[in-house]
Amino acid sequence: MKNTASELRYTPSQLNLLVLLRMAIGWHFLYEGVVKLWNPGWSAGSFLVDSKGLFAGLFQAMAANPSVLEAVDFLNVWGLILVGLGLMLGALTRWAAIGGMVLLGFYYLSHPALIGVQYAMPTEGSYLLVNKNLIELFALAVLYVFPTGHILGLDRLLNIWFGKAAAAETPAEQAPAENRSQKASIPS
Amino acid sequence: MEHKQDNKGIGRRDILKGLAALPVLGAFLASAGFKSAYDKRIRNSILEELNIKAATPPPTGPMAGPPVNIGLIGFGIRGEQLARALGFATPQWIEKIKTDTLAPPHDTRLQDYFEQENLNVRIAGICDVFDTNRETGIVASERNGHKAKGYRDYREMLDSPDIDAVVIATPDHWHAPMAIDALAAGKHVYVEKCMTHKLGETYALNEAVRNSEAVFQVGHQHRQTQSFLTAQDIIRKNVLGHIALIQTNTNRNDDMGAWQYDIHPDANPRTVDWDAFLGNAPRIPFNAEHLFRWRKYWAYGTGLAGDLLTHDFDRINCLLNMGIPSAVMASGGIYTHRDNREVPDVFQVVMEYPDFFVGGSKAEGKEKGMTFLYSASLGNQYDRGTLLMGHDATMQLGQSLMVYADPMSTRYLPMIEEGIIQPDVPIYAYDPRAEGVDAVTGATAKYFANKGLMYTYRDGKRVDATLLHMREWLSAIRNGGKVSAGIQEGFEEAISAHMATISYRTGKRVEWDAGTQRIKGIEDSLLEEIGMA
Repeated sequence: MKNTASELRYTPSQLNLLVLLRMAIGWHFLYEGVVKLWNPGWSAGSFLVDSKGLFAGLFQAMAANPSVLEAVDFLNVWGLILVGLGLMLGALTRWAAIGGMVLLGFYYLSHPALIGVQYAMPTEGSYLLVNKNLIELFALAVLYVFPTGHILGLDRLLNIWFGKAAAAETPAEQAPAENRSQKASIPS
Repeated sequence: MEHKQDNKGIGRRDILKGLAALPVLGAFLASAGFKSAYDKRIRNSILEELNIKAATPPPTGPMAGPPVNIGLIGFGIRGEQLARALGFATPQWIEKIKTDTLAPPHDTRLQDYFEQENLNVRIAGICDVFDTNRETGIVASERNGHKAKGYRDYREMLDSPDIDAVVIATPDHWHAPMAIDALAAGKHVYVEKCMTHKLGETYALNEAVRNSEAVFQVGHQHRQTQSFLTAQDIIRKNVLGHIALIQTNTNRNDDMGAWQYDIHPDANPRTVDWDAFLGNAPRIPFNAEHLFRWRKYWAYGTGLAGDLLTHDFDRINCLLNMGIPSAVMASGGIYTHRDNREVPDVFQVVMEYPDFFVGGSKAEGKEKGMTFLYSASLGNQYDRGTLLMGHDATMQLGQSLMVYADPMSTRYLPMIEEGIIQPDVPIYAYDPRAEGVDAVTGATAKYFANKGLMYTYRDGKRVDATLLHMREWLSAIRNGGKVSAGIQEGFEEAISAHMATISYRTGKRVEWDAGTQRIKGIEDSLLEEIGMA
């Protein structure tokens, strides 16, 4: 990444809207996760069986093997919850964005909105190639490139605790503290 | 901008901004908690109201002891499937599955077969009138150096002391004569449906089984489907209210489904014992079409009534125990396969049960009586679903099971008004493939639930229903106990199916006299004329 978190400067409205988007996606992931966690009968099995497109075979194989399916269910539920918490709280925001993109990538590849393909699971809208999973994935890519957790979020505290660069949130608010490292940080 | 920092370098502003999302998390937790409590309250109030117990059939006994020696009579399409359920697939089948290019990815049929339970049987005899079928069966029967003896005449096989039990998968017109002879020889009998071809032999087989010590089972493997016990509990708890109409159906749209089976090129008067095939059917010269496509002709088959209505009838009978209808009317025709067949390919049956009542919710005496409707088409395969339509709720029955409250239900109206029950969302959904029960299902469960038949599920594991059904029969032979499709069930189903066929073929309403246990309203001469006496 060329842009490091500490080099980004947002206007207040840019910052506010990016944080709003981050929290909304975080909320969505977190609820998708807990709803599955609270439902003991839930399994990704039927969703995977209904896969279509290029990778359908791979996803159906996951569903066919009980121990693989168990692992997929576990990773999915806790992946959703951790990504959701990360985005909402702004903790390890960039890692959360990557994790979220991976999950959404799987959902998209297993149920791509291809021409002539129909799923047992009904959709609430009309989609052609681009569906809401893909849009949410792109939104997470935007959040990865324009992180905000280090400004409004736990990353701000984590960065200080672990001695990483803190960033100024807006041009008017340049990072003043002398004891903060000026070096670029690892994506957080 | 200056702001205070503590000695770790964290200022108040950092803390405020670092924890900026906490109120959002709080809002999330509060709303998720409310949502969960709301769902739980609705789920619990519905489950409490319905009080349905999802149940698994009790396991059948051990397959221990010496192997049961089986004689297979008829090694055609169904006979081969039954042999496979017993653990004796033909090498041709195994090869076909291995090289099946049309199979779905990750086809587990072979793996399932090799992992299926060993029922501890020996195929001791194979009887088929067609040499090729018989030889195929003998090859399949080979195990540990032992192989079945081949018979052209089933009576010779019944005389053999090496046979403990017979599995009859012949054309329908042979079911009863063979079963009666087998029982007389002291053999246990597993016979495919429809267990008889004519009225008289239905009465005779009923007598024969009741006077025999042997274990008799009709091949209705769907009785092993796990959802049926749950469905029985739904009926017992009167969840549906008074059921006045039941809708069942068959929908097929392919040549195999219309019994247009392949004719084996090796079949000719030298390789086929034609007289043995004909049995009690009218004498005609060798006819390969009749031999392989016997289901299309009245002399050997029972048409849609005996072949497919019996499945649906027995499915419902095992829930409601409604028995033989007091009257049956049937109509239909040959509308989509005009290939000189005799049996109809579009067929509607209406069975009347004027005294039927298993529970209701209206004032006493107001509700009584039920119609069982069967509608079949061999020219369209749209799945119309099996519906038990009660005043309070509708049960949709398949591999899975759904119950929808009726918007005008007497019983559920208060819960519908309170918003606890929504008529378009199932109040009860049972999918044996999933663990546990989901009362208020989401869209996913609703749409996925009704997929896949053939197999049933035990503890979430896929099992061949035919294997379970044969296992139940073998367990009764070994350990005693009851079978689920015995003579009472078989008799009720055969009589009901024959009443439908007689009505179709005579154009008359056929009635049942429960007192004398005979049909009425049709002269014997008419029954003789259509070969159903």
